[in-house]
Amino acid sequence: MSLDPITLSVIQAGLQQVCDEMDLAFSRAAFSPVIAEANDRSDGIYAASDGALIAQGAQGLPVFVGTMQDSTRQLIERINSGITAAPEPDDIYIVNDPYLGGTHLMDVRFARPYYRGDKLFCWLSNTGHWPDTGGAVPGGFSASATSVEQEGLRLPPVKLFKKGVLDQEIWQIICSNIRVADQRIGDVQAQSAALKTGAARLDQLLDRYGDDTVEQAIAELHARSATQMRAFLSEIPEGRHGASAWIDSDGVVNAPLEIRLAVTRTGDRLRFDFTGSSAPCTGPMNSVRATTLSSVYLAMRHIFPEVPISAGAFEPLDITGIEGTFLDAHYPRPVSGCAAEVSQRIAEAVFAALAPALPARVTAAPAGTSGNFALGGHDPETDADYVMYQLSGGGYGGNADHDGLANGCSTIGISKAPPVEIMEARFPVLYLHYALHEGSGGAGRHRGGFGLDYALQLRRGAARASFVMDHGRDGPLGALGGRDGAPNQVRVRRGDTVHIPDHLSKEQDIPLAPGDIVHVRTPGGGGYGDPLARPPEAVAEDVRLGRYSTDEARHLFGVALAADGTADDAKTRQLRQG
Amino acid sequence: MGRRQVIGVDVGGTFTDLILMDPASGEVRLAKVPSTLDDQSRGVLNAVTEAQASLPETALVVHGTTTTTNAVLERKLARTGILTTAGFRDVLELGRRTRPQAYGMKGDFRPLIPRDLRLDVPERMDAQGRVVTPLDEEALRTAARTLLERGCQAVVVHFLHAYRNPAHELRAGEILKEIWPTPYITLGHALLSEPREYERGVTAAVNASVQPILDRYVQNLAAGLAQGGYAGDLLVMNGNGGMVSATRVAEEAARTVMSGPASGVMAAAFTGRAAGIPDLLTYDMGGTSTDVALIRGAEPAVSNEIEVEYAMPIHVPMVDVRTVGAGGGSIAQVNAAGLLEVGPESAGATPGPICYGRGGTRPTISDANLLMGRLDPARLKSVEGGVTLDQVRAAFADQLGAPLGLSPEEAAEAVIRMANVKMAGAIRMVSVSLGADPRDFALFAFGGAGPLHAAALARELGVPRVLVPARPGITNALGCLVADLRHDFTEAVGQPLDQLDMAALADTLTRQAARGRALIEREEVSVEEIRITHVLEMQFIGQTHLLRVPLDSPDITREALQAKFEQIYWDRFQVRLEKISAAVATASTAVIGRRAAFDPARLLPPENRAATLAEACRGSRPVLFDGQWHDTPLYQRDRLPADAAFNGPAILEQMDTTTLVPPGDRVTQDACGNILIEIGGAA
Repeated sequence: MSLDPITLSVIQAGLQQVCDEMDLAFSRAAFSPVIAEANDRSDGIYAASDGALIAQGAQGLPVFVGTMQDSTRQLIERINSGITAAPEPDDIYIVNDPYLGGTHLMDVRFARPYYRGDKLFCWLSNTGHWPDTGGAVPGGFSASATSVEQEGLRLPPVKLFKKGVLDQEIWQIICSNIRVADQRIGDVQAQSAALKTGAARLDQLLDRYGDDTVEQAIAELHARSATQMRAFLSEIPEGRHGASAWIDSDGVVNAPLEIRLAVTRTGDRLRFDFTGSSAPCTGPMNSVRATTLSSVYLAMRHIFPEVPISAGAFEPLDITGIEGTFLDAHYPRPVSGCAAEVSQRIAEAVFAALAPALPARVTAAPAGTSGNFALGGHDPETDADYVMYQLSGGGYGGNADHDGLANGCSTIGISKAPPVEIMEARFPVLYLHYALHEGSGGAGRHRGGFGLDYALQLRRGAARASFVMDHGRDGPLGALGGRDGAPNQVRVRRGDTVHIPDHLSKEQDIPLAPGDIVHVRTPGGGGYGDPLARPPEAVAEDVRLGRYSTDEARHLFGVALAADGTADDAKTRQLRQG
Repeated sequence: MGRRQVIGVDVGGTFTDLILMDPASGEVRLAKVPSTLDDQSRGVLNAVTEAQASLPETALVVHGTTTTTNAVLERKLARTGILTTAGFRDVLELGRRTRPQAYGMKGDFRPLIPRDLRLDVPERMDAQGRVVTPLDEEALRTAARTLLERGCQAVVVHFLHAYRNPAHELRAGEILKEIWPTPYITLGHALLSEPREYERGVTAAVNASVQPILDRYVQNLAAGLAQGGYAGDLLVMNGNGGMVSATRVAEEAARTVMSGPASGVMAAAFTGRAAGIPDLLTYDMGGTSTDVALIRGAEPAVSNEIEVEYAMPIHVPMVDVRTVGAGGGSIAQVNAAGLLEVGPESAGATPGPICYGRGGTRPTISDANLLMGRLDPARLKSVEGGVTLDQVRAAFADQLGAPLGLSPEEAAEAVIRMANVKMAGAIRMVSVSLGADPRDFALFAFGGAGPLHAAALARELGVPRVLVPARPGITNALGCLVADLRHDFTEAVGQPLDQLDMAALADTLTRQAARGRALIEREEVSVEEIRITHVLEMQFIGQTHLLRVPLDSPDITREALQAKFEQIYWDRFQVRLEKISAAVATASTAVIGRRAAFDPARLLPPENRAATLAEACRGSRPVLFDGQWHDTPLYQRDRLPADAAFNGPAILEQMDTTTLVPPGDRVTQDACGNILIEIGGAA
């Protein structure tokens, strides 16, 4: 008997609410500000047989959209082959191995088997970004790591909770290998409590509709998500759509890395072929398979936000040609840059390839870097060591409807930036300015959004500055005739000299003395459409508001301004025709 | 004849509602007139006339207004400038690095104050409140004059770390008073003395840019009332559910932004208290959205961190009303996966649902209710455009029935079922995020469509009963009539519990209480009792989310506070964290002046009641429930005998609301005239 579409919709909403409630429970109880404030976590329900994604929380971090099903699948395979111990009720496995369906080591996954009677019905799993998992530098983002061991403690899937009880031996091993271990027990409790919440809510759903009905609905929803995605794919013209995105360098070897992508629609399937992308790199800008797949999925979800997150939606998407490239790195390649940087640039390649094919939906490239600046040192006033992170947004791409947003969060994130006042209260720094990166939005009919321009001064004690950013060489790509956004810039003023990192956007451990200044300007978004088609009054308004100079109005947009600041129509016409 | 009548009046998007009460005679009069959105005060005066209120005999007028809400949401703001610390003029535009939705890299954001009206001035404090750069007074004067030249009416001073040391902001305020021609000067730290420059700046910017608008409005209204002979004080509802005198309301205009929704929740709290049902989830369903709030022990939850729309945080204490994107106008459609979707797209007020006859062609929740017999099809006759039930049926057949393989009526039922599941899910999330299990609450249904869906929602949520107040359509006006005087104070503490000076904490709370008492005593309004509540916001060190810990008195020992916090943490998360120590983030006090009691039984005059249930019944019509048509009796709500008790199915009709009772549920009334629906066999 097939299910009626209404019961299907109702169960779909019910499964979604189970996941949303897990997300909420996790964030509210977490200690790590990365989880509690930045929502760097995700919760979902996965199939018992192969880990296929059934539903995932709507407010989960986008980059985890596809990694957790891979992680669950690998766990199931290891259990089936006897490498990992078989599950029992109330067990929770912990795993952070990047090569087993992960991102970087800091993203720690928990998986809990969910039983109905004796039968394993599905898996509940979540990922949370821990502030530290050991390794060479606090926080785990080492720009100069050349192997994963330098990045932190790597855990294969092991049972952290056995029948509901925390395994003290495993826990002590973890605590002896990570920094600020005393607070992590709070995150572990939060992460496991979220799964418990999910189990309780799933019980209610199954009790109400019956196990068989829900099981049938899950299968049907999987098929229908695939149908829905196929229907959207038919909007893309058949044939090949190619683009490349470039990463400045891997942080160790100063040479650009290419993400070469050809998207081809054939019938109702879409193939993403990465053949020809760069080989695995020495530094930490490698991606692992799960992250690469997830990056494609999240880019597609940005393009088609209507399709609910489920394995069915990914089914018509084929991802090929990553073997042997830095998008499918294997042990022991370092990978700390995969979740924050490489993933965004994969999404950029997808946007750039599809913008001409789906001009109403796809935006020009957004800033595409997480703008990771870390400052570590000793504050003599509090006599304590500190590590400060400043992750920054950038401009979004212009699009068919609007100019790009200014200072938006990364493609793969959804978190808020910390206020300057909070940063200054915690760390011995003084921000000199925190402003729009003027002129950074890529010119276009709809221009890119503006990046951020900030400078901060070290007030006391010695410190070291590290940068893991990107788009220092070239700005985010413009689309449909729009220009690229401005690139990322890092300047470090030490005494009387200005230092620019060799790798432009990456360097580790630059020593700073009190009075030294770090100045960062993040990328603007790519422009959309011909800049000469931008209404002159919109350009005049941008100049009036100090976003572009009069010169830029003339050179980028072909708009001449009169003495009173309004557009000079006659001269503008001349400029635009000439 | 003395002044004794009390009037509560609420201006909503469509109607202006008024309740007049005469405490001596017990008489209650109601009026409902169209709102006059160009100048809301005209509608208020029309309502006064309609109710035949005698202004010279009126002791008190309390007013709930959407003037500031609309100004903010529609960005119809006074021209306002901002003076910031040098280097930080873009704070209002940069925001907190967010986007409107998790997926989709598009969106539009307009800062409250455009860049050419954001000027900066050399000055700087550090996070400890020490001066890094002295205030450049000349630069400040020059910048202020520039803003005046650019036509600004109001001005904000927003300096970094002013919550820690406001000296520069205070000095800037003195200088501005000399040169600024209007009283509309807002200092950033004055409304919100907490770190986080974006939230504080937006709160201040909202305040300044609605000040002139609110001021003009309340002055017009006060003048209009005075002309009619009113000699009392006009009180305006604040978003925290308390009232403030019209003469001072504009000073802290940002506090009124949630005035309307707050009054509805205050009425719910009042009704629940009178009915002996103090724990409520309020459910106010309108045309485009639904407001939900939580009331525990007859006290509405109050939050300092409301975001009224994307990137628009207003951090002053306001009743915590959450908006869920579903209303009568939510559109139903079949998506590419062949699944039915309801909302988030809405037909709004124009064109509105098909049954409004304003040109709407897409099926909505309201249309589905009509097809199922839940709304009266006879009403279609009075619709301007002339719509027939067949037209509605045809739209359901074509757009939903055909792709789903259902009859139009089955499709309508599916739409309602889906809408209820979605709304129930959203309400559950609101409730859970406030740390409450919805099953421990009663659902308080009001607004145009609330009572129509409430019983089904309650079943979906596992809520055992629904309370429909006597006058669901004028709940906000009732809230004005019964609202308390209320003042809230919050101070940052930011100390680990083991280092906290407990005496200083008690002192802070005691001082807050004294300030509140003094303010209430200054008002002309008489209060029966003053209640004081103290709340600490606490967390384990290392956490960022805060838990509210209510105190019985300002004096509490360190050990008792630790134990109390651990217990609350356990209740919320079922987690004990004994080795991690706690910290106190903020200390707050609410001082509440409770006014003379009002007898809610007066809202439905006993003389109108019929002697028997049969007399209150005006007929019946078929209504669709769970795939079956039931011949459903239609009762006139106002005429129900006081002791009426009966089982569903039933429809209760009154002036502007329809209450639906599904089969299996049981209706009783209480002494206050509230309808209670006991949900039978709740899932």
